[in-house]
Amino acid sequence: MSGDNLQEIRKLIARKNVWDRIFAAIGLLSMLVGIVTLLALIIDLCSDGLPRLSWQFLTSFPSYKPEQAGILSAWVGTTLVMLLTAIAAIPLGVAAAIYLEEYAQKNWIADLIEINVTNLAGVPSIIYGLLALGLFVYKLNLGESIMAAGLTLALLILPIVIVTTRESIRAIPNIIREAAYALGASKWQMIWDHVLPYSIGGIMTGVIVGLSRAIGETAPIITIGALTFIAFLPDSPIKNEFPYISFSWLMSPFTVMPIQMFNWVSSPEPEFQVNAAAAGIVLILMTLAMNSLAIYLRYRFRKNIKW
Amino acid sequence: MNDKQLQLSKQKQITPKLIRDVRERAIEFLLFLAAFSCVATTVEILFILISESVAFFEKVSIVKFLTDTQWTPLFSDAHYGILPLASGTFVTTMVALLVAIPLGTISAIYLSEFADNRLREWIKPCLELLAGIPTVVYGYFALVFVTPLLQKFFPELSGSNMLSAGLVMGIMIIPYISSVSEDAMRAVPVQLREGSYAMGATRLETALRVVFPAAISGISAAYILGISRAVGETMVVAIAAGLQPNLTLNPMEPAATITAYIVQVSLGDLPHGSIGYQTIFAAGLTLVLITLVLNIAGHFLSKRYREIY
Amino acid sequence: MVEKTTNSMSESIAVKPKAEVNNLNFYYGSVQVLKNINLALASKRVTALIGPSGCGKTTLLRCFNRMHDLYPGNRYEGEIILDTDGINILSRRVDPIEVRMRISMVFQKPNPFPKSIYENVAYGLRVRNESRRNVIDEKVEKALRGAALWDEVKDRLKDQAYNLSGGQQQRLCIARSLATEPEIILFDEPTSAIDPIATMSIEELIEDLTQQVTILIVTHSMQQAARVSEFTAFMYMGEIVEFDDTKTIFTNPSKKQTEDYVKGKFG
Repeated sequence: MSGDNLQEIRKLIARKNVWDRIFAAIGLLSMLVGIVTLLALIIDLCSDGLPRLSWQFLTSFPSYKPEQAGILSAWVGTTLVMLLTAIAAIPLGVAAAIYLEEYAQKNWIADLIEINVTNLAGVPSIIYGLLALGLFVYKLNLGESIMAAGLTLALLILPIVIVTTRESIRAIPNIIREAAYALGASKWQMIWDHVLPYSIGGIMTGVIVGLSRAIGETAPIITIGALTFIAFLPDSPIKNEFPYISFSWLMSPFTVMPIQMFNWVSSPEPEFQVNAAAAGIVLILMTLAMNSLAIYLRYRFRKNIKW
Repeated sequence: MNDKQLQLSKQKQITPKLIRDVRERAIEFLLFLAAFSCVATTVEILFILISESVAFFEKVSIVKFLTDTQWTPLFSDAHYGILPLASGTFVTTMVALLVAIPLGTISAIYLSEFADNRLREWIKPCLELLAGIPTVVYGYFALVFVTPLLQKFFPELSGSNMLSAGLVMGIMIIPYISSVSEDAMRAVPVQLREGSYAMGATRLETALRVVFPAAISGISAAYILGISRAVGETMVVAIAAGLQPNLTLNPMEPAATITAYIVQVSLGDLPHGSIGYQTIFAAGLTLVLITLVLNIAGHFLSKRYREIY
Repeated sequence: MVEKTTNSMSESIAVKPKAEVNNLNFYYGSVQVLKNINLALASKRVTALIGPSGCGKTTLLRCFNRMHDLYPGNRYEGEIILDTDGINILSRRVDPIEVRMRISMVFQKPNPFPKSIYENVAYGLRVRNESRRNVIDEKVEKALRGAALWDEVKDRLKDQAYNLSGGQQQRLCIARSLATEPEIILFDEPTSAIDPIATMSIEELIEDLTQQVTILIVTHSMQQAARVSEFTAFMYMGEIVEFDDTKTIFTNPSKKQTEDYVKGKFG
């Protein structure tokens, strides 16, 4: 290679390296746009809402007077709806995932189910609201109840639970299954004694990720016609007298955090916007808490089980 | 052991085996039912949307629905043209994509090809946090922060407008696009990258000329996912873009999207079975058809560009 | 030991060296992978690196085009001098991209890009900002002819490279590295992923290539080293045990370890 040629190549490389660095800078800036927006959002929310956050705010019912209003019925409602969502989504999702991973043959029914799981994950959440309106509210006559909302959100997060459960089931090496069979276990014994316990970390992570999505869902709950002004709490699930447990709360009207926030955001009075910001802070904290829990669980289970 | 004894011991074993088989079959069937619930959900969604829409289209012709330029189902002079709602969805989606596709793609390329592991471990969860913020909070942010900010630059901007809703929605869907694209690019075999570097290519050349084209199917799937998120997004547009149907392509104006209209109707108290009630199902069916077309397009795109490594 | 090897090496190489490795040590993190390597590549000859798996032969090969720079935690000590202009290609001041433009590489598994046959070969030229269509056409044809692939693909240059057979893909990768007229081509077990007949054609090709270019080849197969190379270095545990002309290594090695290896006692 002649010296001239080499000089040219060096110039070319210098030029190319400049472009490399320019792109790296653009790349960093692009990611900063998202992160700066996130910071702006959090700072804006805190500067508007933090002064409003107080014990009184957490323990009061909504009111027409902004300074007296609170989120008691909203966070109680959110807790109960999430409880029901988890109760409905976990067994259904885990069972479906076990079927798809451990039982399903390669045939058209399995394909059909797979396609449906993927498609359902892409259906806009408001469509679940319409499904719930037609099915739960009117056909099954559940009305605008915690039951209807919990089941709706359970269907909504079902694909998330199924996908994450399948991933963690798939991560269990086949030698474990063969070892169980070699000791004379039946298929279900093998699943119950090995597959489920070993994938529990992944399953819990998936459920919590799903719930953290459900907790912020507003559109489907609005669609089923959840009232936005609820100044009472649902009937307590635990009673003093026999049989100590009551299920009447399931059919109770309710409100949830995102609905309460939406209600205040849409209000024309600026004082209510402050309440909305405060509710937003609580809502984000709830989501963050769940996400951190998911990250922690994922980390812990990954650390404990090594194949 | 004589024959009789052998027979006896066989008989003894048959019953537990039978019970076990029946139990195993029953469990498998239950699990199958759970898995099949996904199919049932899809069928039920389609059934509800179509049956209510059929009732709607008995009163309003499909041609009117697709061509009428007004959507005023709750007025005495009722018009049922989906175009104003569709235009709202189109404009907000476009604004969102103009933000999310460039930023998401560049971020993905940076994370996959440029960033070292430490930076990636920090930035990825931050970006994913963007997808974890409840959409109603984004709506609030668009309304009380972004719109006033934009009004400093465009004083004529109205309080509700598609621009600010679209921008915030764009930021919101960056992580969907960046993480799926990044996964696709990181799945490109390291041999291809080394092949390119061995030819004297820079990181940027390797990223743009080899990795990006090799990952195009996954990246287009990421775009499609982003589009269908934007089309189906509800709360941001319902809060920040307004609830008035408005046939316009100008993002500075307020306009309702298909999703925002469904919210608006749900906030009121429409009797079950009325035409107003049926309109939201017709709107929902339109939405589902749009996402369906997107999904199919995504499917074919990724098939067309499928690469064998 | 090393000094002796170096002496015998300089005696045996009557031809002009193209590159010289002097006291090369290489570390991954705190692990030393290559120990005090000394080697000279004869100009327009084939030099083979043999040795058992994990002996460091591929690591040594990848020092020549600074491939290790792509990953964190690498450290070079010593030098590899290119005799053309006397630069040390391991120097931190030399851009690895410049090194890779001068020294190209063919990998273990054929790794064509997901592009057309034509674009695969043209890649190196495009990376060098060559945009004149006729120049590219000409160089692509020359490279494909050089890789004995032209006759098979001249009618379907726009086809996807993945449609070629494994052996054709590997020859395409050779054409890709030929197109930019490198000074040295590194071959990393180029036939380990393809069938015996295709292997033969690639071995013939490598012999032909010595008319234009210096070649360093890592191979797992001693027969291959014996067939294609003029000089062979036997490596073990990150060191060069013996370096001499191929015939001597295989018929009359001076070290017991070399003899055991070439006779198949271990490895």
